[in-house]
Amino acid sequence: MIKVKNLDKSFNGRMVLENISVTFEPGKTNLIIGKSGSGKTVLLKSIVGLLEPDAGEVWFENTLFNKLDFAAKKDIRSQMGMLFQGSALFDSLTVEQNVGFPLDMFTRKTPEEKLDRINFCLNRVNIINSNKLFPSELSGGMKKRVAIARAIALNPKYLFCDEPNSGLDPVTAILIDELIKELTEEYSITTIVNTHDMNSVMEIGEKIIFISDGQKCWEGSKNEILRSDCEPLNEFVFANSLAKQLREGLK
Amino acid sequence: MFKFLSQLGLYFLLLKKVFSKPERPSLYYKQTMRELVYLGLNSIGIIAIISFFMGAVITLQTAYNTENPIYPKYLIGLGCRDSIILEFSSTVASLILAGKVGSNIASEIGTMRVTEQIDALEIMGVNSASYLILPKLIATLIFNPVLALLGIVIGIFGGWIAGTWAGVVSSEDFIYGIQYAFIPYYITYSLVKMVFFAFIITSVSAFQGYYVAGGSLEVGRASTKAVVYSSVLILLFNVILTQLLLS
Repeated sequence: MIKVKNLDKSFNGRMVLENISVTFEPGKTNLIIGKSGSGKTVLLKSIVGLLEPDAGEVWFENTLFNKLDFAAKKDIRSQMGMLFQGSALFDSLTVEQNVGFPLDMFTRKTPEEKLDRINFCLNRVNIINSNKLFPSELSGGMKKRVAIARAIALNPKYLFCDEPNSGLDPVTAILIDELIKELTEEYSITTIVNTHDMNSVMEIGEKIIFISDGQKCWEGSKNEILRSDCEPLNEFVFANSLAKQLREGLK
Repeated sequence: MFKFLSQLGLYFLLLKKVFSKPERPSLYYKQTMRELVYLGLNSIGIIAIISFFMGAVITLQTAYNTENPIYPKYLIGLGCRDSIILEFSSTVASLILAGKVGSNIASEIGTMRVTEQIDALEIMGVNSASYLILPKLIATLIFNPVLALLGIVIGIFGGWIAGTWAGVVSSEDFIYGIQYAFIPYYITYSLVKMVFFAFIITSVSAFQGYYVAGGSLEVGRASTKAVVYSSVLILLFNVILTQLLLS
């Protein structure tokens, strides 16, 4: 279980996150949603330790993660996988080397065992016959899938996804969403996804947290989101005309 | 002043991270070999070309400025040799490498920063500073002195070609000149300077790249700063090291 308590974060005196407290459910797809600039990425990066919160606590099970030093964080980080907004594949490495990087760095597997694991992960995300390609030779959707393969290479307990389908066409975006949901269920991973895409919310959201102007405004399930009384959430959810018509229908 | 001190502090904190224990030495070894090729072997061409022409120009200028029967002709070879060994092979070559290698390091690491590749390393529990910078430091500390030696040989060769081709000095006089009153310590002096300058170029450029925030524009700026700061520090330490090593 990942728990965030009273988390604050500011940049140059400007509060970006204010008193955020939330418990992410284990083995489920947890979504952080909100408008661009609402603080979603800062929250996610504070949880994984890429940003140091000004105040508050981040707990992974019974460990107070944000107070650990770099060396002590390694144990928990070895159980994390992360999919970045821009995929963050290493430009100088091939697909195979990218997926194999965590295996090279943290396991004592033989080259054959590593290759087996790499091929398994790549097959799992439907990347076939692309082992020797470089990231620059891949499409946006393929990059995301390779990044997911790299994130699951070490069998993570926690998966973090920052805007996993940004910049993708709707069909590919749904494929990525489905892949994240399948992996979460298949390996009982605790997944936290940052998104502002309502398709993703309705597709994969099990627990949803809505953030507005750095504050947690609402939390609930995808079934509850359409009937919420939270005005900023309704503005976000029913932003386009189709959604507004749907809302009228619901009423 | 406060900004300067905070940047200096950040630089030394980065160095502390760089010199911490590597996670997997075998992977660092592979990276070092790769950097030896990228930063070392790939710099041979530019050092060779510039050394050759610098040697040629130094020889011709020495010849035209000593057109006096009082000065023996072999002084042209001696002047070329000492100029190349004392200044060109280390200081001028390092200024050139600051432009080529320094900007390369800053833009590579800076791009990795803005495209979140460094974050990806950190998430995996990899000490990104050490993994990215230490192999580059080792590679340049090993290879830049080799480049200096190469620069000495090619520079003097360029001087010999230009001098004899232009007819300002005979081959015998030039060869006698480059052997005359030779002080082997000058080579040591040059190599010591080259090692210091290699450290400056790599660490300053890596620092500029590692702490980039923003986008491609900032990466470009970091690359420029890497070259400017490295060059200024090379010139400053050239004075300090010369005083320490030759006094």
